Amino acid sequence: MEKAARSIQSRPRWEVLTETAIEWLIRLCGISAILFVFGIFFFVFREGSGFLFHGFNVREFFGSTQWYPNSQSHVRYGALALIVGTASVTVLAMLIAVPFGIGAAIFISEFCGPRLKETLKITIELLAAIPSVVWGFIGLTVMNPLIINLFGVPIGLNVLNGGLILALMSVPIIVSIGEDALKAVPDSYREAALALGVTRWQLVHRVLLPAAKNGLLAAVLLGVGRGVGETMAVLMATGHAVQIPTSLMDSVRTLTATIVAELGEAPVHSDHYQVLFIIGVLLFSITFVVNLAADLIVRGIRSK
Amino acid sequence: MTRKQPMKAPVLQSEFRRVKPAARALVAAMLAALLLGCTRSKQPQKTVIQNTGSDTMVNLAQAWAEEYAEVEPMVSVEVSGGGTGTGIAALINGTVDIANCSRRIEPQEIEQAKKNTGKEPRELTVGYDALAVYVYKTNPLEEIRLDQLAEIYGEGGKITKWSQLGVSMPGGADMIIRVSRQSNSGTYYYFREVILGKGRDFKLGSLDMHGSKDVVELVSKTPGAIGYSGMGYATSEVRTLRLARKSGDKSFAPTVENTLNHTYPIARPLFMYTLGEPAGPVKKYLDWIQSESGQKIVIQSGYVPLPKTGAQP
Repeated sequence: MEKAARSIQSRPRWEVLTETAIEWLIRLCGISAILFVFGIFFFVFREGSGFLFHGFNVREFFGSTQWYPNSQSHVRYGALALIVGTASVTVLAMLIAVPFGIGAAIFISEFCGPRLKETLKITIELLAAIPSVVWGFIGLTVMNPLIINLFGVPIGLNVLNGGLILALMSVPIIVSIGEDALKAVPDSYREAALALGVTRWQLVHRVLLPAAKNGLLAAVLLGVGRGVGETMAVLMATGHAVQIPTSLMDSVRTLTATIVAELGEAPVHSDHYQVLFIIGVLLFSITFVVNLAADLIVRGIRSK
Repeated sequence: MTRKQPMKAPVLQSEFRRVKPAARALVAAMLAALLLGCTRSKQPQKTVIQNTGSDTMVNLAQAWAEEYAEVEPMVSVEVSGGGTGTGIAALINGTVDIANCSRRIEPQEIEQAKKNTGKEPRELTVGYDALAVYVYKTNPLEEIRLDQLAEIYGEGGKITKWSQLGVSMPGGADMIIRVSRQSNSGTYYYFREVILGKGRDFKLGSLDMHGSKDVVELVSKTPGAIGYSGMGYATSEVRTLRLARKSGDKSFAPTVENTLNHTYPIARPLFMYTLGEPAGPVKKYLDWIQSESGQKIVIQSGYVPLPKTGAQP
């Protein structure tokens, strides 16, 4: 301690000052995330709040499928079909992405050799780096005719298409975070299990999965967050049609896609504009709850 | 992350390790930005004309801009699409020099623009478009009436199957897939007003595409689809239908000739709007667009040019 104090004293004054300055700058960078999150929530909420408290019909918003934001005779803001659209695409994407993602994480972490592991990790990161508009383009031009021909349905831009695209986009997140979680299980667990004479499958099934359960759940929830918040890809792949889907082959429209398609035209501070911000608040709340859940679960590991 | 620290929040730790270099990179980027800010180039400035709006017109506007770059090298026209609504919104906010519109500006939009910028939007007709109705290339349907289109697209409309129009689809996909546009599109407004009539809304559940080209692209890939888009977007992958005004009327194809002689029922003018009387480079650009060399590009882009006499067709 004393030695450290002396060494600081012996250093030139400007060096000490710049160091403090940089420390503060870095600290500001760290805190800025919190400021941004609250700032964004505040402004999004403020933009929508005028209509939210005056004239907003909660019952219509959550209970009606009639979405006619710029009808000339009778404007209606029923977002039920949009909420169901987001939910259906996300649920399907997770049904596909979770088994694949967790499976891939287990394989990469436990079963494959170092060289294959590196190759797989790089490839999966590459998958994560594909821009969402490119995914949407694939959905629109490649998957659409494929689904029409394969299933004999009239339209290929539907829940299935959007769900598959979203699943492909969520898998990299689930894999990399899931693999981190598995890697964090101490080797002593593995050694102990192997010493007891278990097979590799038993090791994964009985030891690793229970030990890394919370980390894996966090991986899945972050994947869900990605699914709920994705915009461009689902806009292009789901068909952007306001209706409650009755099968995987029906077109839907999501909350995010509605915002992106309609915000540009809505005159600033009109009812339509504010309703779009209310949708934004709804989306923000959904992802906030999902991320909070993921975080609390991760924290759950610590307290053990 | 070491194996010696078991069960300690794997995600948070790895995230934290990623943050530090990222913050360092951020600091470096800030410094670089500061340095760059001090060294500004002193080249002679080009005049930039901002041009936003109609997605129907975006290819046409781009073609004009490219050609004009050779006529007038010191003027650069920056074109973006997004839809007529986007163009008008930009005009109202005063962030654009010329707004492209495939529908006429509404009176309340003129009021808003006046209130916001103190200038009145000026209208200029720069060409014509026949709004074409597209179907899949093997669709046997040849012609359709406007009231049938209204029954297909309108709220409460009764037509949902191709067999109701008297055709049987090859492959048996009988359901009509309605392809429409997002609601800030001038084409959407025009179609709603002319086909559905004032006050009537679209039937929900249509596939609302985000661009004129996307409509044609989707129709070309979907056997049961019907869609509407500017005539300039026609390709060999889709067919256009002949349109008849009412039962018993003759039907007409969306061609230049039928547009100019008023026989095609859903042809519309294409507009460019400026705030106040155009002046300087903007006026020069608009004059050039209306000149013969500008109008030649209208034909090349697949639209209908202004009639030579200057009279409205």
